[in-house]
Parts: sequence; structure tokens; C-alpha cells
Amino acid sequence: MRGLRRRELWAGLAFVSPWVVGLGVFLIYPIVASLYYSFCDYSVLERARPIGLANYIDLAKDSVFWKSLFNTLFYAALAVPLGLGLALALALLLNSGVRGLTVYRTIFFLPALMPMVALAVLWLWIFNGEYGVLNVALARLGIHAPAWLTDPAWSKPALVLLSMWGVGQAMVIFLAGLQDVPEHLYEAADLDGASWWDKIRHVTLPMISPVILFNGIMGIIGSLQFFAIPYIMTPNGQPARSAYFYAMYLYDNAFLYLRMGYASAMAWILFILIFCLTLVSLRLAARYVHYEAAP
Amino acid sequence: MLNRALRIVGLVLLAALMYVGFTRQPGPAAEDGKIHISYWEKWTGFEGEAMRAVVEEFNRRQDRIHVDMLTISQVDNKLLLSTAGGVPPDVVGLWNSNLSSFADKKVLLPLDDYLERAGISREDYIPAYYDLCEYEGVMYALPSAPASHGLHWNKRLFRETGLDPERPPRTMEELDAYSERLTKRDESGHLILMGFLPTEPGWWNWAWGCYFGGRLWNGEDTITIDSPANVRGYEWVESYAERYGVTSLQLFQSGFGNFSSPQNAFLSGKVAMVLQGVWMSNFIDKYAPGMEWGAAPFPYPADSPELAEVASVEADVLCIPVGARHREEAFEFIRFVNSQEGMELLCMGQGKHTPLAEVSEEFLAEHPNPYIEVFIDVAKRSRTFSNPKTPLWSEYLSEMNAAFDEIWLGEASAEEALGRVRARVQQKLDRHLEQKALREERP
Repeated sequence: MRGLRRRELWAGLAFVSPWVVGLGVFLIYPIVASLYYSFCDYSVLERARPIGLANYIDLAKDSVFWKSLFNTLFYAALAVPLGLGLALALALLLNSGVRGLTVYRTIFFLPALMPMVALAVLWLWIFNGEYGVLNVALARLGIHAPAWLTDPAWSKPALVLLSMWGVGQAMVIFLAGLQDVPEHLYEAADLDGASWWDKIRHVTLPMISPVILFNGIMGIIGSLQFFAIPYIMTPNGQPARSAYFYAMYLYDNAFLYLRMGYASAMAWILFILIFCLTLVSLRLAARYVHYEAAP
Repeated sequence: MLNRALRIVGLVLLAALMYVGFTRQPGPAAEDGKIHISYWEKWTGFEGEAMRAVVEEFNRRQDRIHVDMLTISQVDNKLLLSTAGGVPPDVVGLWNSNLSSFADKKVLLPLDDYLERAGISREDYIPAYYDLCEYEGVMYALPSAPASHGLHWNKRLFRETGLDPERPPRTMEELDAYSERLTKRDESGHLILMGFLPTEPGWWNWAWGCYFGGRLWNGEDTITIDSPANVRGYEWVESYAERYGVTSLQLFQSGFGNFSSPQNAFLSGKVAMVLQGVWMSNFIDKYAPGMEWGAAPFPYPADSPELAEVASVEADVLCIPVGARHREEAFEFIRFVNSQEGMELLCMGQGKHTPLAEVSEEFLAEHPNPYIEVFIDVAKRSRTFSNPKTPLWSEYLSEMNAAFDEIWLGEASAEEALGRVRARVQQKLDRHLEQKALREERP
């Protein structure tokens, strides 16, 4: 028996080895290495030279670092709640027994499948100050809209607006959560004379609160790593670095300025930031999130 | 039995992976008995085709070396990664602005010995272009196609405004006055034509101070971007934003299409005068074939006639990475490109002038750009400039672009914005020099 067990163990390890090796080589090693390099002067081309905390101290004094961090938090603070709200609202509407649900669900989800680069180029035109469809439509309504991407005051809000494009992803998850809410709870609420809003407030939201938490955390992580779209739409964070995000500065340091050590330090700070925000969310969750089969 | 077989298969696979992953790939099979060298080039389109023609000519001329030209996007990034991975190409086509950073990181092979043996010297070139290939006294490249910049003007718009279409502005004051006359608005006050715009095409936002006699640094250890001449240059930029209003300029500019399209601001007649390189003629021929245009040296401030000698130049350059396997053969190819014949073939195809001192009569006579000699003369001026030769250039450039935006948008005065750039870049430069001294102490 023992011999068989051991042989099974080997076979099992052999079967998972592609994954284990991949995880080790492409994930764990780079993560550990980046932690080491964050304490080094490292240009990729030369040998890394340990410099202690210098990268972190420099970051604390780097005004562009703070600006990119501010821009990113500003973006996340708008994009995450708005995205959650819109996704939830769409999911609630679709869940109200509308006919052709699958068709609508597909339509609302489709934009989320669009490749980032195509999306960025498309929205460059939508936001165009003179010919953009958005401003033409707003002008019809008598609204004098700004030149979105060339006005420092409007570049971040424009990108928040754009992020609503991908709301279908969260919406589909919300919809699945909504369809899991037991019908009998609504019936009971109906018997108690609950209004439409009462049912949402006291039945739906508590029942899907784990889904809200999940979407919220994914939203925070995604928006703090916001990169591809501004990299194409607002290169160098123009105008005047108003749309220069954390991941862009990290990338520029790593691959443009050849400061891999500095970039690694930035990556670890971002990791710690995301980790803390997730912890805070989970703490709040303990108070507000309702799990059906709570332990 | 089964698991033993599995283990063997697994080991074989792993060994195969390691072999592929950790051994250097031999170059393309040398079945033809030639030495194959790999050449990474950034250009696509007609510029790429022109270079390919030179490569084919080289391959046809002799039967010892075969150049495999590969078009590579983001060639600077990929050179970095391939060097770090130990598999760089034999020849790489970069921009002169990359050189100092790569040379400083010891990625590029010093070419001084090769040049001496081949008998190539500064005298063979327009000096400005030869000097672009040098970093701290060492040559790391030879030019391929170069480019000088000049003022391009739209003769039809000049005529319609009552300006002499054959006389471009010579001083900054004339440029401003012409611009004022050329600029037009529609009934509702929207700009429909600008005489000149310092933001168009926006590729040299760092350079405006240089036209007023400024320099970006002293060449060694001091950043001089907030010098009076530079401040004057950016106050001049600011004056355009103030005179025409940022909001209406933004609206006007958002109607411009891509550079390489008929909606290009200059080609579509929305901007009457523009600072552009010798290549502009190609795009005029392609997208605005009937356009009447001229090219001349860029204006200088009237109170400083000595600045009439200022001109900006840049060049594509060919380098050999330190890790290249076929250095001699790589240099052989670079040398062919830098022969008068190879260079004229290349530059005729790319619509540029040659960096060489000697130019054939046919080249000048047959060149598609009617103003080619203007650009050659501009490149021969005594006060040419290009981006500063410091490894910090990409950071400096990013600071300059941000500062330019602030000045243009009226968020900061020229003095404030440039002062901030100086402080930031000076700090980085100090740090860089400190670390460099450390490295040299203990190699």
C-alpha cells in the first residue's frame, strides 16, 4: 500500500508540475526578486547594487510619485462606486422579469469584451473636443462641453466616464447573485406590505452583499492598476500630468528610465496599498456582509 | 510501469525545455556558407523599404555576409531586453536620442577602433551628424538617415493673405506678425486657421528655448533650462496661448488629424507655418500633392542675429550591441550604409539628405524634395543642437513635456515651470554623477 501511495504521489506531482514550475518560475521568483531589487540600484543591464532604503526614501520625496498616486486614488474613488452602482442598477433592471433577458445580458456584456487598445482609440474620437460624438450630442442638448482630454480639469473625469464602458463584467456577476436570492423572501416581504424600495433595501442588498464585496474588491484592484487605456489615450499623462497614473509612472521608471529598482519599490508600495484597502474592505464586510450559511 | 514512463517523458520534456531555454540559438542556418547577421530596424513603410533596398544591395554585392533585416517596433525596449537576455542582434537601428543612455549602460560597442581601421573620420561627415554618434569622447554609432528641421510654409495661404508667398519670415518678430495676419476666425469667433502654433506637431516641446539661444545643460553637471534665454523662449510660447486663448486653441487643435494623414494640420491648411523635418516633403507629396509650399531655416530673434546660426538636427543611427556575435561583419554592413553610394540610396528612398560631406550631383538633381539643399545648409550651421547627450534624457524629456503643458495651459509661468524642471532634473543628474563616480572607483 505504501508503495502505491508513493507512486501515486509522484504521478500526482508529475501532473501538477507544469503548473508548479510555471508558478515558481514566472510568479514566485519574479515577486521575490522584485522585493530584493526594490532595495537596489538596478538598471537591468548592470549588476544590481544594494542601496538599502534609498528607493523608498526617494519615492517619499518624489512629487511625480505623489501626483500619480493622487490621480490614481482620485480615479478609483470615482470609478469604483460609480461602476458598482451602475452595474447593480443594470442588473436590477434586467432581473425585474424583462423579456429577452439573455439578449440584453449579452448586449450589456459585449463592450467588456472589446480589446483595450481598440477601446482607447475609439474613445479618443468619442471625447474629441470638436468632432467627438459626445460633445456633438451634448451640444444638441445645449450643453457646452469641455475638450475632455486636453483640459487638465476634465481628463480624469473623462477616463472615469470611459470606465463605465466595462461595467458589463460586474453586471453579469450581480445578475447571477440576484438570481440566487430566494423567491420566498420577497413573498414574505410582500405579505408584510413592503414597498419596492424596502424589498431592495432589506432583502436584495443583504442577500447579494457578498457579491457586492467581491465586485468592490475587484474594482479597487483593477482601478489602482489602471494602465493600458491612459497609456494610449493620455501619453505621459498629458495634459500636464493630470492623467498620469501610478502604473504608468511605474512602467516609465522600469522600461523607459531603466530604474528597475525604483519601479520595484513602487510595485511593492502598490501591493501594500491594495492589500490594506482589501483588508479594510473585509473588515467593513464583517459588519455589513451577510452570508447565507454563516459559520 | 505507467508512472515510470510518465517520469521519463517528463524528464525528456524538461530537458528539451531547458535546452531550448538556456542555449543560444544559432543564427539562421548557414547552409549557403555565408555569415548571417541579424539587423533590427525600427522603420516600416517607405522608410523601411528604402533601408531594405540598401540591405539587398549589400547582400548582392558580396557573397561572404548576408544581412537579415527584421522590422522591430519599440526597438529601444527590445534591445534592452535582448541585451539583458544575452541575445542581442548584430546591428541595431536606433535614434540618436537613445545613444547616451545605452552607451552609459555599456550596451553598445565602442566603434573608434573600427573607424580608424576603416579610415572613417569626422571630415567625411557634416560635423553635426558625426557628433551625434559620440558620447563622452567615444563613437558608438554611425548615422543612417539624418534630418534637419526647418520652417515649412503654405504659399497659397500667404498669397491669399496678401503676403509675399516667396518670402518666409526670417525673425521671430516676423513670424509672429505673419502669424497674426494669417490667423482667421469664423463669424462665431472660432479659430479656423492659425498662422503658426508652437504646439504643432508637439515633438520638440523641449527645444523652443534653444531657438532663443538657450541650452538644456552645460554638457557636464549643470541643468540650465531656467536660464534667461530659455525662459524667454517659453514666454514666447506662452504668448501664443495668451493671444489666442487656450480654450479656443484646444477646440481648434482637437480638429487636427494624425500626422500621417490628409487631416494633418499643415497638410489640410489649418496651420500655415510649421516647424518640421526634411521628411515633410514625403508627406506633402503623399497627402497633399498639389500643395504649394516652401521650406526655410527657422526664424531667430531679431535682437540676436548670431542666433541665425541655430538649427536643430537629429539622426537615425546604426550601432553594434556589445553582445553581438559577428562584430566585424556587422561593421562591414554599417560601413557600406555609410559609403556615399549606400547612403545616397538610403536617403533618396527616405526623402532625406545625406549626413556625408560629399554629395553627388545626381542626388541633388534627382531628389524628390525641391528644398533639399536648404536642409543640407541648415545642418551645416555652426550652432546646431539636438537633445542633450545625457543618459537622463528620457526623464528630462518627460519633465519638459509636462512643463510645456503647464506653460501652454497657463497653469504656471515659464519661469516657475522651468525652475521646477531644473530642480528635479538637477537632482537626478547629481545622483547620476555620484553613482557614476562610485562605479568608477570600484569597477
